[in-house]
Amino acid sequence: MELVCPAGNLPALKRAVDEGADAVYFGFQNITNARQFAGLNFTDKRAREGIDYAHQRGKRVFCAINTYPQPDGWQQWTQAVDQAAELGVDALILADMGLLDYATRHHPEVSRHLSVQGSATSHEALRFYHEHFGIKRAVLPRVLSITQVRDLARQTPVELEVFAFGSLCIMAEGRCYLSSYLTGDSPNTRGVCSPAAHVRWEETPQGLESRLNNVLIDRYAEGERAGYPTLCKGRFEVAGETYHAIEEPTSLNTLELLPELRDLGISAVKIEGRQRSPAYVSKVSGIWRQALNRLAAEPERFHPEAAWMSGLAELSEGAITTLGAYERRWK
Amino acid sequence: MLSTTLPQQPISSTDSLQLSLGPVLFYWTRERYESFYREAADWPVEIITLGETVCSRRRDMKLDDWLGIGRELAQAGKQVVLASQTLIESEADLRDLRKLCDNGDFIVEANDQSALQRLTSAGLPFIAGAALNLYNTATLEVMARVGMQRWQAPVEMAQKELAQLINDCHQAGGQHPCEVFAYGHLPLAWSSRCFTARRHQTPKDRCKFVCQKYPEGLVLRSQESRNVFTLNGIQTLSSACQDLRHELTTMAKMGVSVARLSPRAEGMTEVIKAFDQARHGRLPPPDPLTLVEAEICDGYWHGRPGMDNTRTVPA
Repeated sequence: MELVCPAGNLPALKRAVDEGADAVYFGFQNITNARQFAGLNFTDKRAREGIDYAHQRGKRVFCAINTYPQPDGWQQWTQAVDQAAELGVDALILADMGLLDYATRHHPEVSRHLSVQGSATSHEALRFYHEHFGIKRAVLPRVLSITQVRDLARQTPVELEVFAFGSLCIMAEGRCYLSSYLTGDSPNTRGVCSPAAHVRWEETPQGLESRLNNVLIDRYAEGERAGYPTLCKGRFEVAGETYHAIEEPTSLNTLELLPELRDLGISAVKIEGRQRSPAYVSKVSGIWRQALNRLAAEPERFHPEAAWMSGLAELSEGAITTLGAYERRWK
Repeated sequence: MLSTTLPQQPISSTDSLQLSLGPVLFYWTRERYESFYREAADWPVEIITLGETVCSRRRDMKLDDWLGIGRELAQAGKQVVLASQTLIESEADLRDLRKLCDNGDFIVEANDQSALQRLTSAGLPFIAGAALNLYNTATLEVMARVGMQRWQAPVEMAQKELAQLINDCHQAGGQHPCEVFAYGHLPLAWSSRCFTARRHQTPKDRCKFVCQKYPEGLVLRSQESRNVFTLNGIQTLSSACQDLRHELTTMAKMGVSVARLSPRAEGMTEVIKAFDQARHGRLPPPDPLTLVEAEICDGYWHGRPGMDNTRTVPA
């Protein structure tokens, strides 16, 4: 299984490669990618440097152009595709059907991976993208259980990449408009969710409050660990109860599922987090490299080491890890 | 199936705008669906979309039941569409989807790429649902090539962008009839987790069909009691109702073909009457009763956060 690691900037890319990533993925500094954070992502020059660095070490580089081209900006997206192809990336990670069509026609030689933002949750959906745009691989949404992944793996016409570690999207990716409902900006249109520009923190007599475009997302008692106000991870009131009504601030960690994922024929495991620091990327990549090496060396006796699990737990949002939807009970 | 008989009286631009009744997004009882559609047969809407688009566990209505209602509505002169489930997760979902696509009577609204695959491989025409994320000319051209008859704009698309997109399509020689979500709680997200079951502290597999207790979903409020979202099983909707009745003239002018009205548990007769009057240029004065019933939003249409109401908040 290929280990695919996030590269939010050049130092992160290098650290990921040094720590054992088989492939890294990056985006350009604009709304064409789904992690549009200030100070993040790559200029043409930096991308060239990063691709050289990875290629010299026998590693692959994917470019994520996985937002949806807006009516007034089509050229911005096609330019990103042209630019990535010219840079010599090993694959384009795309979601929009029009852009997939464009890449198929103009750069047929560059592999196309379906982004998780393309929301393919069945082998029929995968077949659609495969037949019409010749995708080589698809990244699966984080809403599927392991049984569902198994069904899909049995009949998929393309390679499958699954999320292994990092932030947990609870909604089917690519079809979540909650962020634009509250702020005007969404992953699809602007490559952002619950964008920082709309976040406000306030100390009040009721506690520390986090707001997103003035909507109260959560309120923390003294000593409680406060998390970024991603709108689906706040505490809300539903029929008289106040709780994490949609999702707790937890992270995904599928280390213990590795043998099963390998048996299913999954081609790649993906680490989320282009918005994370190079130190984070380095540590996570290193642990997953060790785990994958162990899996290859001792396939029958694989068991996640306590040190790996605690190392990953320290890096997790809310310091809790979960198997997410892979585990049926979660639903 | 999509042809339309225009009214006999002189046609103003707004008269070309058709009204459609979207699928019921909530889980109702069979009796409730039946009485709802009996009434709907007499409403001034040209198109009615039927089917369960949210959760495969909602089994009060089988495909045959929908087909039966569909045939009655077709008899009453409605164009009938069958909508597919938006989040397809299992082999069982795919089997149901196959049956829906192969129904033989009515055109299908494809709400994910699984449906697109079934329909296009069978050479069947389809309506493209809003969650397919059709944001640009190139994507619409791809869809038109494989059989799209009409498409729904993504709920988050602003009027300005949609106008440009429709115009760009026309310039490129493409005429793709467009449908806009004009009224109702906005469908905003789908998950494999059931939030209604979660509120009842029961796993989704043993949900006891609690959604049926909430014919218009469960309101999710902030800790300072501001309504934010509506939980509807695995779907999250806006808590406010989008209401674009004042925008129908603009819609017609920019080339929108259909305004979709999404069923609510109560008051749809009045809503549809008001939209029908509005499209004929007779906007009724604001009714204080309907104003207090539900919070209204129209932000998306005006290029703002979807929850905004530009009719009360200055732009």
